[in-house]
Amino acid sequence: MNNWYMLTLTGEDRPGIVAKVTRALFEQGMNLGEASMLRLGGNFTIMMMVSGPLDGQALARALGPVADELGLSLHIDPMQGGLHRHLVPNLMVRVNGADRAGIVAKVTGVLADAGFNILDLESDVAGSAQQPVYLMQIAGVAQVPLETLEAALAPLREEGIEVNITPIETLVG
Amino acid sequence: MDALPILTIPDPRLKQVSEPVERFDDELRAFVERLELTRRQGPAAVGIAAPQVGRFQRICIVDCSKTRKPVPNHGNLVLINPEITHWEGYEVGREGCLSVPDYTGNVIRATHIRLKAFDPHGEEHEYEMEGYEARAVQHEIDHLDGILFIDRVVSRRTDLFRRKVYR
Repeated sequence: MNNWYMLTLTGEDRPGIVAKVTRALFEQGMNLGEASMLRLGGNFTIMMMVSGPLDGQALARALGPVADELGLSLHIDPMQGGLHRHLVPNLMVRVNGADRAGIVAKVTGVLADAGFNILDLESDVAGSAQQPVYLMQIAGVAQVPLETLEAALAPLREEGIEVNITPIETLVG
Repeated sequence: MDALPILTIPDPRLKQVSEPVERFDDELRAFVERLELTRRQGPAAVGIAAPQVGRFQRICIVDCSKTRKPVPNHGNLVLINPEITHWEGYEVGREGCLSVPDYTGNVIRATHIRLKAFDPHGEEHEYEMEGYEARAVQHEIDHLDGILFIDRVVSRRTDLFRRKVYR
């Protein structure tokens, strides 16, 4: 059970996508690992680890008809890695401001230079078509002190990007 | 004295509702001592509840005095038959659990609570607490009611929605 594949499926959102795709996998004896599924811009997107008796080609044959029926594009990659490799985030970065070119590149560039490893990033555009507001939350791990990251982000604030960074203290009880 | 083995999911006993303590005796105090030893052996646990070691009585320990960044706290607290009498505010925070290995998630908890509980000698105390310590107490009392944090996990999208409303 260590031959994991990463399945990527995307297409116009409608009810039943997850049920049909996972039913097809189940019927082939495949196991699911970690997955991220969400609606982006009216499309439904699936990224899912699967493992089991089928290799990549057999998976494509088994899922092809389901994907076609649902109008989904299907992509399959063999992958390294496996389960139980979680990293626990220790920092949360929140960004919001007028939607503008380069906001993500600038913020994440500063974080990357400081050795911040992004574990999870979600971004959205709120507001209206006339006045879009860009929102982003980034959970990640960094070993450098919070103050160092604050100092590195300060120039962005001067450019009018609202960005705050807070520690995540995971409670274990 | 050895640490006690921790029950982990999917052990159905973690869903059991614990009974109030009725006798505050040496046996209870010895158990509390062993529970504390078990907490300390866990990976940085700020709390532990008796049902996590298979004793289904309303006993838990919370100690937020040694967090990486200091937080308001009442030191090492042994809470017997604890009862939250007042809740206020709410906030999302990340939790993990000795009984749920290799998983952490976001949970909404009250930010301020008032609490009544007995100590191991049967004396009743009242506490007011906030933030991280209040979160820890709510997490542990949940164990006494057979509830795990995974029963309360919310997505970060929920987090954003809540914060927008709250601020």
